Amino acid sequence: MSAPAPLDAARAQQLAAEFGLKPEEYERVLVILGRTPSLTELGVFSVMWSEHCSYKSSRVWLRELPTKAPWVIQGPGENAGVIDIGEGLAAVFKMESHNHPSYIEPYNGAATGVGGILRDVFTMGARPIANLNALRFGSPDAPRMKQVIDGVVRGIGGYGNCVGVPTVGGEVNFHPAYNGNPLVNAMTVGIAHSDRIFLSAAAGVGNPVVYVGSKTGRDGIHGATMASAEFSADSEEKRPTVQIGDPFAEKLLIEACLELMATDAIVAIQDMGAAGLTSSGVEMASKGGVGIELFMERVPQREEGMSAYEMMLSESQERMLMILKPGREPEAEAIFRKWELDFAVIGHLTNSGRIVIRHNGVVEADIPLAPLESEAPLYRRPIADTPRSPILEAGDIPDPVGVLPALKSLVGSLDLCSRRWIWDQYDSLVNGQTVQRPGGADAAVVKIEGRKRALAMTTDCTPRYCYADPEEGGRQAVTEAWRNLTAVGAQPLAITDNMNFGNPEKPEIMGQFAAAVRGMASACHTLDFPVISGNVSLYNETEGRGILPTPAIGGVGVLEDAAQAIGLAFDAGLDLVLLGETHGWLGQSLWLREIAGREEGAPPPVDLAAERRAGDFVRARILDGTITACHDVSDGGLLVAVAEMAMGKGVGVALEPAPETIPPHAFWFGEDQGRYVVAVASADDLKIAAAGAGVPAYRLGRTGGGALALDGQGSISVNELRAAHEATLPALMGG
Amino acid sequence: MKAAIIVFPGTNRERDMKIALERASGHAPAMLFHRETELPAGTDLVVLPGGFSYGDYLRCGAMAAQSPIMAAVRAHADRGGLVLGVCNGFQIMIEAGLLPGGLLRNATLRFLSMDCRMRVERAGTPFTGRWQKGATFRAPMAHGDGNYFADEATLDRLEGEGLVAFRYVDDRGEVTPEANRNGSARNIAGILSPNLRMCGLMPHPEDLVDPLMGGEDGLPMFESLVESLAETA
Repeated sequence: MSAPAPLDAARAQQLAAEFGLKPEEYERVLVILGRTPSLTELGVFSVMWSEHCSYKSSRVWLRELPTKAPWVIQGPGENAGVIDIGEGLAAVFKMESHNHPSYIEPYNGAATGVGGILRDVFTMGARPIANLNALRFGSPDAPRMKQVIDGVVRGIGGYGNCVGVPTVGGEVNFHPAYNGNPLVNAMTVGIAHSDRIFLSAAAGVGNPVVYVGSKTGRDGIHGATMASAEFSADSEEKRPTVQIGDPFAEKLLIEACLELMATDAIVAIQDMGAAGLTSSGVEMASKGGVGIELFMERVPQREEGMSAYEMMLSESQERMLMILKPGREPEAEAIFRKWELDFAVIGHLTNSGRIVIRHNGVVEADIPLAPLESEAPLYRRPIADTPRSPILEAGDIPDPVGVLPALKSLVGSLDLCSRRWIWDQYDSLVNGQTVQRPGGADAAVVKIEGRKRALAMTTDCTPRYCYADPEEGGRQAVTEAWRNLTAVGAQPLAITDNMNFGNPEKPEIMGQFAAAVRGMASACHTLDFPVISGNVSLYNETEGRGILPTPAIGGVGVLEDAAQAIGLAFDAGLDLVLLGETHGWLGQSLWLREIAGREEGAPPPVDLAAERRAGDFVRARILDGTITACHDVSDGGLLVAVAEMAMGKGVGVALEPAPETIPPHAFWFGEDQGRYVVAVASADDLKIAAAGAGVPAYRLGRTGGGALALDGQGSISVNELRAAHEATLPALMGG
Repeated sequence: MKAAIIVFPGTNRERDMKIALERASGHAPAMLFHRETELPAGTDLVVLPGGFSYGDYLRCGAMAAQSPIMAAVRAHADRGGLVLGVCNGFQIMIEAGLLPGGLLRNATLRFLSMDCRMRVERAGTPFTGRWQKGATFRAPMAHGDGNYFADEATLDRLEGEGLVAFRYVDDRGEVTPEANRNGSARNIAGILSPNLRMCGLMPHPEDLVDPLMGGEDGLPMFESLVESLAETA
């Protein structure tokens, strides 16, 4: 076999730097190949060794996360994670970022983020049943930011609505730290038969390598490399590296893949995501310990005259690579043709242990696979611990406005206002299985068609806590997801994580990462809530300034009977009870930021043992019908939680005064963790049961009327709260 | 009832529709791919469900209206067979010339996904038999192009002949601009063919047929169809 034509040595070195390879990484390429690489080979090395594909800065830390439990079928390392949810069914899910593309081209960046995560899930043999997202925007006044918000929301809706997967939940924060680097994290949850999971390890020398889906164009070349670089003022020039999504093609691809998966023709399958044909070809062959030979002239092409380099690096969307059993090509092709999709046998597996790329008879690349993986860079980068923030004493922080005026401001503030403007643009009902719609409960609840069983799902992170104390913030993000699933009555089962951080080459950023992982791991352990999939997005910086560390968590739980799920809105004539311990922790609270104008202090600590006690108690009382509405206390504190429950059905509540041991504003707006507000027929009965379970319980008041009345402080009508709550985003975004 | 649901490339509410028809009739409808050229023998109801047939490329419903199966659907309609089109199905019926008018971009220029309230303007049809005239019901809507448009003469004719099936109304049952989120002419949400055997509407009654999913407001439409077919059988 003839070796590919190498680049000129000086030119290769210069290109390696342009492609993002560090000098020492390029030296390794030379050692592995024993010669100067060809252009295509240099492209393959640079994307496979990019941060995005290789996890070279994060892998050493991610190993600390718990990934096992008896119900985990597939942990991290595949296209998505898989858990057993009973009755022979499995839930398949993952969350993934599309941050950099969404800033450069908001609509298509966000849309293709949704498309990519959908493929990761149906690649495993699952029918997607729900999409969620976790979004972080900058200050709406920042340049271009409204355009980014509008484009991202339209893009998520445009893709998800068309492809027919309901977008059922998500979260949004606003903070100036994201002004030049918004975060778009998309999550998909799918359902499969637990004995019919499809994996990506190629097997069977001689077996055909099959390309299906849309044609390959020149879009997105080196997208993975871009996603591994910081932004600068010339980011606009990177627009051609953003891919264009076609949700219609994706819908056809879902139906065609699931139809073929109902047969036994597939050996292995992987979507062509970041780094396209390169990563799918390399990873499938590497995992299977085989070689792979590809013929580029057979790749379905959208444009004329594409080179092997361009085809291998293209990130055109809606494409899959499969290994079929020999002789099964005709039946597979018939299915893809029926769905009007391209189908091409573009190569075969070999026993060479190498990836060989040929184009019109010329060898363009010939790389040994083992060292491409084993010699991939792995960095234990220096870390610097985040300095501790002081614990603020509530007594030292005066209340400048009073409790009810503060409440009205808070429910209309950017981080707490109604998200209706956003979810009104997402189809949350398609497929007819959505039990809890956006805004109705702490977690979305989607029934499994034809069964009583349902999945609960949520996305959570509190970046301001993570910035002040990454370990506590990491712990809180996982715990909050667990709490939100609990609050609808679900048994939390597992999480996916989307680690969004700044430049890992800075010790303080790597220190945030390591600490966040430590905090997350502690919560995963205590709550039996393992990580089964995830994604790392680093270099989220613009002009040298990092984002708030944002380890977004996607949690999934199961309900044996969808009819047992509850929402957060209470009816009239019930007792309202607070479960969990309240100290009045104002550090890093939204009250402190929005009302007192201070972003400071240590965030509230999470007591995992207390969390477990309170959560297990709440879940059992939901399932036995005692608790009829439940809302966890999070951003904004207790009174914001009560107000949100009141606004749900427009029912008021008469509240008892705050206990004398805590200043009223700290009692009502402190963000102590591990708490739930629940509605029950009788507070007395619940308090007795709670005492038996070691869970503090405090009667808050009685529901009814049309106002939120605070003993000794006056009242505010629920309609007035609602008006303030609903007005913010439409006013900002122009209806 | 012997119903057939047509599945075009990009259709995505066929399973919602199947669930609703099954719930009302106890029978599973046939699912028919657009390349078919004949309806199953004895089909008495054809449903064109919601979705994004052909990705809404060119114009919503325009390409699906040219699909092979549509000749059979048209023949079924010509024989006086029942045809229901919801959302993209309504768009396809209009593009196929089965119903008059057009469906434009929502006046808000945004996709609208929310519950709306509709008022029954014409009772006693195969689609509305279970309701009284003036009854109102809730249904989810989820569309980018649901802004019903027709020239004044056509609108006058539809009204004059009692072919407006449903109108968008507020919680008190009043026709108001606020209730008309997509900007439809005269708040029209759904219309009927002159023989009352075809109905197209934008909102999705099929997504509100189960208390677990938020209510059964949409169920009467499917029960009406079952009842109507039982009477004629």
